Amino acid sequence: MAWFKKARTPIAPPAKAQASRVPEGLWVKCPGCSQIIYNKDLATNLNVCPKCAHHNRIGAAERLRLLFDDGAWIEHDKDLVSTDPLQFVDTKPYKARLRATMESTGVKDAVITASGTIDGIETEIAAMEYSFIGGSMGVVVGEKIARAIERAIAKRSPVVIVCCSGGARMMEGALSLMQMAKVCGALARLDRERLPYISVLTDPTTGGVTASFAMLGDLNIAEPKALIGFAGPRVIEQTIRQTLPDGFQRSEFLLEKGMIDFIVDRREMKAAIANALRFMGGSRAAPAPAAAPPT
Amino acid sequence: MPLETLEFEEPIAVLLKEIEALTLLPRTDGRDREIDALGRRLESVRAEIYRSLTPWQRVQVARHPNRPGLEDFIARLFTGFVEIHGDRRFADDHTIMTGFAEYKGEPVLVVGHVKGKDTKEKIFRNFGYARPEGYRKALRAMRLAEKFHRPVIVFVDTPAAFPGIESEERGVAEAIAVNLREMMLLDTSVIVIVSGEGGSGGALGIAVGDRVLMQEFAIYSVIPPEGCASILWRDQAKKVEAAAALKLTAPDLLKAAIIDEIIPEPIGGAHTDPAAAARLVDDVLVRVLAEVSSLDSETRLGRRYDMFRSMGRIGIDFVDEGSPGSSS
Repeated sequence: MAWFKKARTPIAPPAKAQASRVPEGLWVKCPGCSQIIYNKDLATNLNVCPKCAHHNRIGAAERLRLLFDDGAWIEHDKDLVSTDPLQFVDTKPYKARLRATMESTGVKDAVITASGTIDGIETEIAAMEYSFIGGSMGVVVGEKIARAIERAIAKRSPVVIVCCSGGARMMEGALSLMQMAKVCGALARLDRERLPYISVLTDPTTGGVTASFAMLGDLNIAEPKALIGFAGPRVIEQTIRQTLPDGFQRSEFLLEKGMIDFIVDRREMKAAIANALRFMGGSRAAPAPAAAPPT
Repeated sequence: MPLETLEFEEPIAVLLKEIEALTLLPRTDGRDREIDALGRRLESVRAEIYRSLTPWQRVQVARHPNRPGLEDFIARLFTGFVEIHGDRRFADDHTIMTGFAEYKGEPVLVVGHVKGKDTKEKIFRNFGYARPEGYRKALRAMRLAEKFHRPVIVFVDTPAAFPGIESEERGVAEAIAVNLREMMLLDTSVIVIVSGEGGSGGALGIAVGDRVLMQEFAIYSVIPPEGCASILWRDQAKKVEAAAALKLTAPDLLKAAIIDEIIPEPIGGAHTDPAAAARLVDDVLVRVLAEVSSLDSETRLGRRYDMFRSMGRIGIDFVDEGSPGSSS
């Protein structure tokens, strides 16, 4: 057993989360401040470094756990899976990649959609799972999020999407690209229904996800120092043949450029969302309003 | 002989050269017959080559420097084009061009990417890479069309949205995203024609409409084959394999129900005969525009939503649909 463990891509998988969160190393080195942290301290601190507040990446289930009241929710469309519509093969078949990823992550694609309450307000949340092929959006992610939005319209409840994705999934080709239009279309209807939508941007949010639902929140809220952009930093460097300035495409940069509403520490995120939802008309679920007419 | 001969077009170029050489000699009956024979041979060789293009060859045709672009279509299909400039916020993007014109005597709005033909023009047009202002200008122009119930005709031809610092600073992602949302509910007919390269978000950012048409040798992809090759194969040279794997050709996209219809091109591709290519676009456009314009707006918008909403269903297995899952 190692004494020290690098926490480049730490922790995460849901379902078995409690068990798998126990690390091999008792101590981890924070990528932010390079200090050595007792792993349990990190876990109890929502994977935020207690010394420098560096936000380590977390999985979708953990995200839902910290947003929904009592850590309880009803998951939807859990068993939708991609059929590999293009029969895509690169260095290995996409089907094999999918199967291996499903096994290692315990989820069937890169998003979990669920209903529950946030501070008593009925909400639909879609949380993206980065460990599933870089959180990339293919047909299943698009479909699950579109359904979540339509469910919200039917129930007249708000939508929160926690973005964490490298963009559209290459292995499903133009079908992935079209998910951008599909989800934005559903958001258009949500918008016209005057229902709230909060986009939570976490590290990283790039590509086709940024250029669709991530930027369309009534409020766009980011975690500190998250990478948020359209083109990846390497692509931009190749285009302009210069190294990029420090902090480029980070949350603080986007705030300065007017692209996001505010930055919130993960430990305050739930309270910030609940507060925003109250401003946007969300109210604690009361006994069902007397919709049914007498007789 | 054109400078821009694609490598697989070599046999065509050789024949063209021979014909050209013969026409320079004094005319005789025998020579005329020879030229005719070579002409026929040229047609059959061209047909042969273009009947079985590989996906990567189609990518090359879609990017051909002589391929007719927005300005060709404006000149051949529309009259009285008046360009309108600027996003009223920051600047005028030179890649995305917008303006009003008449099509078959009716006023329409035309929107599309311009790549530019010669070097100077290519630089001015930023090689077809639009900046955020372009997407915002397009939406402003489309709102104008909506206000006065004029149809919108969109021509898509771009490698991608511009990946640069200023593009990020001014929110190219936000500009595209807003277009995707707003075009879905834009209350007028919108016909999209993918006429060259449909380069990911940069293309889609002006490509939500009631009908999506695609020229026979155009491509439409989530990422350029070169980019895909360098990410998944870690080797740009695998672009040929990537082009095949991405299923980015018009027949592939029709099969995937991403486009509605393929617009045929002249044998040998649009670049060999831009006038004929424009006529073929015309034939389909006039019919499709009439169909879409005859719908009332509620039906039209409902169908537009359903069309995009159903994209990707073919790639999903609905295992155990709708049953509430576990709570943890």
